[in-house]
Parts: sequence; C-alpha cells; structure tokens
Amino acid sequence: MLASFNDPFEALFALQRALDARVASDWMGHGTAASGSFPPINIFQKGDDFVAIVELSGVDKNDLEIEAKENTIRIRGKKTIAYGEQASVHRRERISGVFDRTLSVPIRIEPNGIKAEYRDGVLALFIPRAEADKPRSIKVG
Amino acid sequence: MADAQELQVQQKRELEKKAEATTPARVFVPVTDIFETTQALTVVLEMPGVDRNSIEASVENDVVTIEGRIDFAKYEGMQPVYTEYNVGHYARSFQISNKIDQGKISAEMKDGVVTLVLPKAEQAKQRKIQVS
Repeated sequence: MLASFNDPFEALFALQRALDARVASDWMGHGTAASGSFPPINIFQKGDDFVAIVELSGVDKNDLEIEAKENTIRIRGKKTIAYGEQASVHRRERISGVFDRTLSVPIRIEPNGIKAEYRDGVLALFIPRAEADKPRSIKVG
Repeated sequence: MADAQELQVQQKRELEKKAEATTPARVFVPVTDIFETTQALTVVLEMPGVDRNSIEASVENDVVTIEGRIDFAKYEGMQPVYTEYNVGHYARSFQISNKIDQGKISAEMKDGVVTLVLPKAEQAKQRKIQVS
C-alpha cells in the first residue's frame, strides 16, 4: 500500500496495472445487481478468505444495513450532516445522502459466516470461502 | 426516498507538500466543512480509518493544521484483488482570520469524522451595539 519514491515509470505502470485489473477483475462484473458507486470498496485476499474494506466516514452504525444472500452482499444506508443552528457556513465539501450498493462475489461463500466490523468510519467485511470452494491438494497414489 | 440525494464517491486529492517527505507514504487532503457560530469556528474533516489517538491538531500563526495517520499494520498479510480507492494519511491546514482562544480548542472523533471546535477569543466575539 505504500507508494515508492519518485519513479515516473512506476507510476505509469501502476496506473496501467490498475486499469487492467479493473477490466479483468470478475469482482464487479456486469451483474444486474450492482447499483451505485458509493461507498468505495477495496477487496483483499487473506489466506483462503476475503476481506472487503469499505470507507463510510460519517455514517452512523445504526444507519447502516448489511444483507447477505447466496453470493451477494448488499450495503445500504444513509449519511446525514448536521450543522448547528445559526451557523454560517464557510466551506462545504462533505456530502450527505443515501446509498445502496450490492457486491457480488465470484466465489462460493458461507453467507452465515460473514462478519462485519465498523470502526473509525471504515467497514470491514470478513467473507469466508465455502468449504467446498477451497482448493484441495490431491495426492498421487 | 425521492427527495434524498444519492451519494457519490468523492475522489481523494493528494496533498501538495512544500517539503519532501522522508517516508514514502501517500498523504491525502480530507474533505472538510467549516462553519462559524458566534462562539466558535468549527472544522469538520473526514478521515476514514484514522484512530482517535493518531490525530494531531495545532494552531500556529493563525494557521490551523490537522493531521491524521493510518495504521498500515492492519493491511499486513492481505493481497489486494480489487481496489477502488487509495489508502494514505491525511493532512490539511487552513488560514484562519478570527482570533482563537488556543487553550480551549477541543477535538472529537466519531465514525471517521473529526470535529475541531476552535472557540473565539474574547475580543473577537461579536458585540451588539446599541444605537442611542
């Protein structure tokens, strides 16, 4: 995750790799379920399982709903911003509103085993791979 | 929910530093709201993933600086398979025009949002003037 020091070629290659990965990745396919682009999601592999890390700063835990069904995970909720009364606003960059996004997973998962952790505005979803989907080593007899 | 606006992703902007950094980490500019009441100036910054103990705020020469650091240790042993956003530290500073009572600055952190309350110094507070 750390960026390296000044190497313009590295920056270009990283961009190219990122673009290729986006097209080649089957994580966010052309499924009909996918809607909305908020919140941004990063997906990591950890051992056999997967971890989705979602940035949701300013969203209250109680305004967040997560549903898992077969191999889709739906994240929805709302983000509200309250300015005090009689406040004069100098700068407004943060945005509020509703969001609804569905993540379809290209592997078989254990929907009952999904764990969610929300801390400091970051949601971590631990997605366990179904036992039947894990690679097995086969011994030659 | 026809009246509710759908949220859009806000691209992270990288901070333009005056001096070169000694560590090769990325620094982003957090999106910020600033509003003022008669009592105080409030700065609200979004720093998702920053722990409450990793925030530093200071006021010097009428410039308020807020820095938030990410703990990269959480990403150890994880291979990215699909990414939509970058992860890095956050830093931003603002020139403030009002006189601030430096001793009374307070900060609060909730759900990745830092709220910094900068109370105005006594002489800077608004006074009502009676017309005789």
